[in-house]
Amino acid sequence: MRTISGEAVTQAVKQLFLSACRMPERGALAAIESALEKETSAPAKEALRQLVENARIARQTGMPYCQDTGMAVVFVELGQDVRIEGNLSEAIQEGVRQAYEEGYFRKSVRDPLTGQNTGDNTPAVIHYDVVPGDKLRITAAPKGFGSENMSRIAMLKPSDGLGGIRRFILDSVRIADGSPCPPVVLGVGIGGTFELCALLAKKQLLRPIGSVNADETLARMERELQGDINALGIGAMGLGGPNYCLAVHIAKYPTHIAGLPVAVNFQCHAARHGSVTL
Amino acid sequence: MIEVFAPMTQGMIDSLKAGQSVVLSGDVYTARDAAHARIVDMLQKGEPLPFELSGCGIYYAGPCPDMPGRIINSCGPTTSSRMNAYAPLLYDCGVQVVIGKGPVSGEVRNAIVRNGAVYFAAVGGAGALLASCVTAVEDVAFPDLGPEAVRRLTFSRVPLIVAIDRYGSCVYDNR
Repeated sequence: MRTISGEAVTQAVKQLFLSACRMPERGALAAIESALEKETSAPAKEALRQLVENARIARQTGMPYCQDTGMAVVFVELGQDVRIEGNLSEAIQEGVRQAYEEGYFRKSVRDPLTGQNTGDNTPAVIHYDVVPGDKLRITAAPKGFGSENMSRIAMLKPSDGLGGIRRFILDSVRIADGSPCPPVVLGVGIGGTFELCALLAKKQLLRPIGSVNADETLARMERELQGDINALGIGAMGLGGPNYCLAVHIAKYPTHIAGLPVAVNFQCHAARHGSVTL
Repeated sequence: MIEVFAPMTQGMIDSLKAGQSVVLSGDVYTARDAAHARIVDMLQKGEPLPFELSGCGIYYAGPCPDMPGRIINSCGPTTSSRMNAYAPLLYDCGVQVVIGKGPVSGEVRNAIVRNGAVYFAAVGGAGALLASCVTAVEDVAFPDLGPEAVRRLTFSRVPLIVAIDRYGSCVYDNR
């Protein structure tokens, strides 16, 4: 049994958010630059050019790339041979609290009914997986709500099949239009139950942009859907052209004989996350 | 590049066409969801407002907290369609310029045309770039709303696109 202190967890979470909230993953910035090279719409080209410039200014000044530094989502893979000294959830929340305060990040979390801001961007949303081994892996994924708001889930019928899945995803993109700050990454979950389907979609946003799905059928679906979505011509920032979607990432899970859940989670161009293993 | 100054003359607004790129200099007020709810509530109760709507510019934005050594921290636009419920009334009260991002409802577009106003889109997520175009900041109202407080920003040459012109043409229609 290996012991990890709550304080070590707090410091790790704090460092992850201090870094992730400032700058998107390298792959997202590279994808924006290559989108700029093949852009055909003049206003979209100007928007992409500004995003490249924005990254440069953020790097130079230390200001966050985007002011929506998100709701803090944390994925924990807890080795079953690890013992945490103290309260693990509270240690994570404290790391989030310190990062948003010390990083001058926006506190965007409020009571859903009264509107009262919690003042420190907690509570974070924490997802736990217990895994073999004696390591603790933590992933920080601050999530902006311009894109989160456009996300959808549907409980399709088995008879809807692949065509129904495809229609639902394309409809979701048409409804979202330019609002989720495209170029976007789409995380798609297929199967499971209502709540697992949405979680599958969210976890797909952690995959590096440009990575190829290990499942050949899903890899083909990802390529085809990305092509179909970009062919809609909505474009970067909704300004036309072929650069609405940088990647489609799909995960599936067995589901009940009576159902076919599908979830689409939108990720804006500020695709921010980081991981550490303790 | 077309250069415009806020407050804008009606002639300048009339000359703009959807899809044009502009750089804007001058003052605008930040206001997003919670500030709009309060402003509309005050209008309905006939209470005096903390700033003059007539002829003003509104920027749908909620910046990061101030950081040392910067005039303002990251402050890109937020999604305009969330203000659909409030925007027509504000245009009817004289708001001349709105800066946000993304498409808005037909009712909002009608209000823009009816009042000879203009809607600009800034690039969503370009918070650091937009902050670098701010030369002055003044707190105006609702400090209890934190990031949603109303502040007056002075922009110098902020890059925008004409999203809906005063004739109702919309850049998001021309794809």
